[in-house]
Amino acid sequence: MNTNAYRADPPEARRVIALDGVALIFHRPSGLTHILAPPAPQILEALAEGDAEPAALLDRLKRDYDFGDSDDLEAALEARIAELEMSGLVWRA
Amino acid sequence: MKHEFRVRVGPAGFRIGSDWKQPIDQLAALYSDYPAPDIPDFTVRLFAQRPWRRFLRPSVMIGGDYMLPDAAPVSLAHGLLAAEMGMNLQMALGQRRYLLLHASAVERDGKALLMTGHSGAGKSTLSALLGERGWRFMGDEFVLVDLSTAVVHAFPRLVSLKNEAITLFEGAVDADRLGPLMRDTPKGDIRHLQPPTDAIAKMSEPARPALLLFPRFGHAPDVREVGEAEVFVRLTQASTNYVALGEAGFDALSSLVRTIPTRAVDYPDTENAVASVERLWMELAE
Repeated sequence: MNTNAYRADPPEARRVIALDGVALIFHRPSGLTHILAPPAPQILEALAEGDAEPAALLDRLKRDYDFGDSDDLEAALEARIAELEMSGLVWRA
Repeated sequence: MKHEFRVRVGPAGFRIGSDWKQPIDQLAALYSDYPAPDIPDFTVRLFAQRPWRRFLRPSVMIGGDYMLPDAAPVSLAHGLLAAEMGMNLQMALGQRRYLLLHASAVERDGKALLMTGHSGAGKSTLSALLGERGWRFMGDEFVLVDLSTAVVHAFPRLVSLKNEAITLFEGAVDADRLGPLMRDTPKGDIRHLQPPTDAIAKMSEPARPALLLFPRFGHAPDVREVGEAEVFVRLTQASTNYVALGEAGFDALSSLVRTIPTRAVDYPDTENAVASVERLWMELAE
């Protein structure tokens, strides 16, 4: 397995409630509550298709969301993934 | 223990044991209208630090089913406060049947107004004042959110009046509803107030949460909307057992936040606060 790929729990491991623009997430494996702003919930959804490296993950997200023209999308995505990794919702596959 | 008193407050039964007679007599007088539980849920013990300290400069240690390891003793003159602190501690640490919110509540027409905020924000005084003015007092310390039905249960223990709030009630209520004035406690001057008779008689009747306020005392009058995410975070901070309840607590709290209208309210004095509450209740409570 490629060490740059990331993995998340399957969707059934999370209870997600939408609250005015943010996602309230109860993470069943840890029992912790997270409040996530976009695009973090969307990253978790995209990882439900399977492990992915940041570039592949960005391709998945581009299918559903319009990011406009920006050069540093992948760097921004990696920063958000790092935050999710810190919170324990995402880890290296 | 040498002296014992049993009381049921809302759905929780307590057994309070004491090395001394005085706090038990004070409890029995102030809780005279309350029923006794068949089987107590929680035990509180007031005991002497050393055997001779029952008599010599008596200081009261608080014990019970659930306790904090570094709780400091209080003087016997504050024994009633120790008993109340012990009862609160059992609820805060031991209650698992309800989501506990550190909040006050009053009821009208089957609907509950919840008020929460930092210590000193005035939620306790305001609930006690509304309890004397046509609302049913449900509690000044804890609101018990039912995990399956989302109604709130009353926990109308004695009101803990602090500092300036004491003078609001002295002379305005029957003297036998007030406990002894305890000066210079760790929380300042404290005097307990027995809730109105109807609050005790109806303490088993739940209510549907209809309005949540974050009152703040000592500021120019103002009313602000609060976002759902902020309300959620504030209520997790106001809950003593949110983490322990796991997903059941998450479900109960998130559904409360999505359904209850909420406002932050600043007020300069209690009369202004009562007027604000009545106005917001008319506008928002459904």
